[in-house]
Amino acid sequence: MTPGLRRIRAMLVKETLQILRDPSTFLIAFVLPLILLFLFGYGVSLDTRDVKIGLALQDASAAARSLASAYEQSPWFDVHGSRELGDLENDMIAGRIRGIIVIPQDFGVHLARRDGGAEIQIITDGSLPNTASFVAAYAEGVRASWAEGYAGEHGLRVSPPLTVNPRFWFNPELASRYFLVPGSIAIVMTMIGTLLTALVVAREWERGTMEALMATPLGMAELIATKVIPYFVLGLGSAALCALLAVTLFGVPFRGSIPAFLGISSVFLIPALGQGLLISALSKNQFVASQVALIVAFLPAMVLSGFVFEIGSMPKPIQIITHFVPARYLIPSLQTVFMVGDLWGLYLRNSLILLGFGVVFFLLAIRATRRRLD
Amino acid sequence: MTAALARLEGVIRRFARPAVTALDGVSLDILPGRMTGLVGPDGAGKTTLIRLLAGLLDPDQGRVEVLGAPATRSDRAALGYMPQRFGLYEDLSVIENLTLHAELRGLPLAELDARLAELLDFTDLARFKPRLAGRLSGGMKQKLGLACAMVRAPKLLLLDEPGVGVDPVSRRELWAMVAELASSGIGVLWSTAYLDEAERCDTVHLLHEGKLLHSGPPADLTDTVRGRTFRLFAGAGARRALLERALDRDDVTDGTIQGASLRLVLAPEAKPPDAEALGRDIPLEVRPVPPRFEDAFVDRLGGGPPGTSALAVYYRDIPENDAPAIAAEGLTRRFGDFTAAHDISFSVARGQIFGLLGPNGAGKSTTFKMLCGLLTPSEGSGRVAGHDLRTARAEARQSLGYMAQKFSLYGDLSVRQNLDFFSGVYGLRGQARRAAIERVTDIFRLGSYLSTNAGLMPLGYKQRLALACAVMHEPPVLFLDEPTSGVDPIVRREFWTHINGLVGKGVTVLVTTHFMDEAEYCDRIALIYRSEQIATGTPDSLKDDAARMSELKDPTLEDAFIALIEASDRAREAAA
Repeated sequence: MTPGLRRIRAMLVKETLQILRDPSTFLIAFVLPLILLFLFGYGVSLDTRDVKIGLALQDASAAARSLASAYEQSPWFDVHGSRELGDLENDMIAGRIRGIIVIPQDFGVHLARRDGGAEIQIITDGSLPNTASFVAAYAEGVRASWAEGYAGEHGLRVSPPLTVNPRFWFNPELASRYFLVPGSIAIVMTMIGTLLTALVVAREWERGTMEALMATPLGMAELIATKVIPYFVLGLGSAALCALLAVTLFGVPFRGSIPAFLGISSVFLIPALGQGLLISALSKNQFVASQVALIVAFLPAMVLSGFVFEIGSMPKPIQIITHFVPARYLIPSLQTVFMVGDLWGLYLRNSLILLGFGVVFFLLAIRATRRRLD
Repeated sequence: MTAALARLEGVIRRFARPAVTALDGVSLDILPGRMTGLVGPDGAGKTTLIRLLAGLLDPDQGRVEVLGAPATRSDRAALGYMPQRFGLYEDLSVIENLTLHAELRGLPLAELDARLAELLDFTDLARFKPRLAGRLSGGMKQKLGLACAMVRAPKLLLLDEPGVGVDPVSRRELWAMVAELASSGIGVLWSTAYLDEAERCDTVHLLHEGKLLHSGPPADLTDTVRGRTFRLFAGAGARRALLERALDRDDVTDGTIQGASLRLVLAPEAKPPDAEALGRDIPLEVRPVPPRFEDAFVDRLGGGPPGTSALAVYYRDIPENDAPAIAAEGLTRRFGDFTAAHDISFSVARGQIFGLLGPNGAGKSTTFKMLCGLLTPSEGSGRVAGHDLRTARAEARQSLGYMAQKFSLYGDLSVRQNLDFFSGVYGLRGQARRAAIERVTDIFRLGSYLSTNAGLMPLGYKQRLALACAVMHEPPVLFLDEPTSGVDPIVRREFWTHINGLVGKGVTVLVTTHFMDEAEYCDRIALIYRSEQIATGTPDSLKDDAARMSELKDPTLEDAFIALIEASDRAREAAA
């Protein structure tokens, strides 16, 4: 073995021992990803399900009760029934419910007469426009499908002029965790690649071990290599763990291939690690390094990558800024590998951009890591 | 003449923040097979010089050559460097740290096991092989740091203050190990603030404010004060007043207390002062003594400060009181099943200095903190200025001035703001507060630093500010935890001039220290070792005890310290 390889091996052994012994490394690499995954898997939901609505059932006819039970059984609504409209209005004002459906007392009579006067009233909370339009549309949808079934049962033919059969591609159940969980893998890799790497290198400066290392034959390129390799492996391992949990625990589909997943994750780790090295080389202090890593890497990856907030609906200047956030080029690849299947053209384009970022960060980091103490 | 291993030629190195010229035209050689000492006050440029040699800094001017190449491109495998903070990985074990350094320096695999075994044996760390470096004592860390630096028998070994913060026992062991290396032919550069270490080097370089004041065998420097060093015996009671008068004379350049006697360095051609000159009516016994390196060092730097403390002149007189100013009765503190201090008892009368001595981790600071009211004793009680620590903690604290071991003022506040804050905390108000601040600013020469952030001042000034903050409210009792650790002998003397002056006004002082010459200033000393109080007495009586035990003739206090600790170890082993 050449002396250079021996030095690298010795440093890798040292780094591994430190990773295994340091509780904070373990926390950032394994516990934090799990917390994030559970948070995005269970805690955060951008879906509108089980919206609380009130139902004022003022008619006692069989048809009215049948419609009421259609609402109660709908997965979209969580129905609070009451005969008195006034009570529900108070609930709405207090924000306990998001909408009121009134089935008036002449509903059954009109329906039986087939005079077209069998109407219901849908009241929504306009202070939450998204929810309001959701309630209005779905309440109408429930009514329409109930009416169709009712007509069939009673031998009536009500043929609607047009039938719309919506299909949601890639995410047929419209479950937000299907895209949140893959996205959180990007956050996890940013945490390990940038935050953890910045912390461990800054710690060497802070504790004076960097000074001792610099006085040995260890070259600066060797030093950088021995910082990059372990955290690359750790980041990839953590990403794989997250992917495994996403598929097994959260039932997220995995339609692409495993090599594609590992490939796009690996390419993303290059700029992440480069950024971590650069931050630590400039700050040389754990506290500053962690603050900088949170602000320049973690928050943009969270907010500006299209992970939670759609980039297309951001103001133009912010959209321009998102082009400088590496995670922006990972999230679409990740969502594709999980929900669509391999799209090599997309992977390649995004990966090339990430590699470009990686080269820039590494060049800057190497420039900043000099064998000097001033 | 043998070729130099390393050479500095006209080296100048400046720093921008704070703006200083750390090295100003320094030239020196480091020869193989010798101990080369690098001494100088704190901030003299010692660390900068060593870092230049290690190739970690570039000189602004001049050349730094190591092993025949510019320092930044020298063969690092042949260079051993131990930084001031050892550079150990605290979460790796002893053997893992050693192996890492062996691999990094390319120690041939065939030699690896034998060499590591040899080093573990040499440093006596074999028993601690699997222990994490972070769990080693200060002395053991130092030895491990040294073992790492010399794992592949270097040609040049650079040690940056290896003795700092380490107790005398460990310091001696370390010295012996390095001296053995030097005798085997490698070059050693040993930077130190301890002048007794410098005295034993083959060559010393004395740095002061970035300039070399002396280069050559230490004896050459010591010889400059030959025939000018004397001891005066006048009885323990009068020594402080006597020292004050002696130091105020122009023909005395330096003076210290040594047990019951004074040690004076006279100006060239001066005669030792007689009893009359020092205001005594009984004759003094004056004995010429051989000069020490420290005498010459202080003399070369322009002599020590005058004997009268400006601080003491303004200080209030502490009223006479028969009750002891500080009393510890069976103080014991346990942390879980570990006893950090066990059954510590002593009392200090008004106007006395009491010293707590002991190796690192022996229990000095624990005892100290219990008496300050910062730790609640598990057993026993303590009183400060008549206030019981259990019932009147606030009153006890108000009557003491405390100077912590590490700089514990606010580094991000200016000197002025620190003074304002601490005077307020101790209850000074209005005119009294302004007067107190003005006085200490003047006495400790803090004027030019008033608007500087305290953290940016040189160490000596930080210590001055810390003492200033502790005495502004004129407390009857002073607690000083390692007050002069790391500061140079001149500042240390100035410091003790103030302490002696305050004691003359009736202030009672409790001090912990590593410096044996500092312990000599104490009226009585308690030696704490492994949480136990193993000896208590005057410095001279402890030396007498040690002389009986070890058959040493005229032992120093450091000899006594080591002898007493060894006796305690033997007694414990016999009991086990």
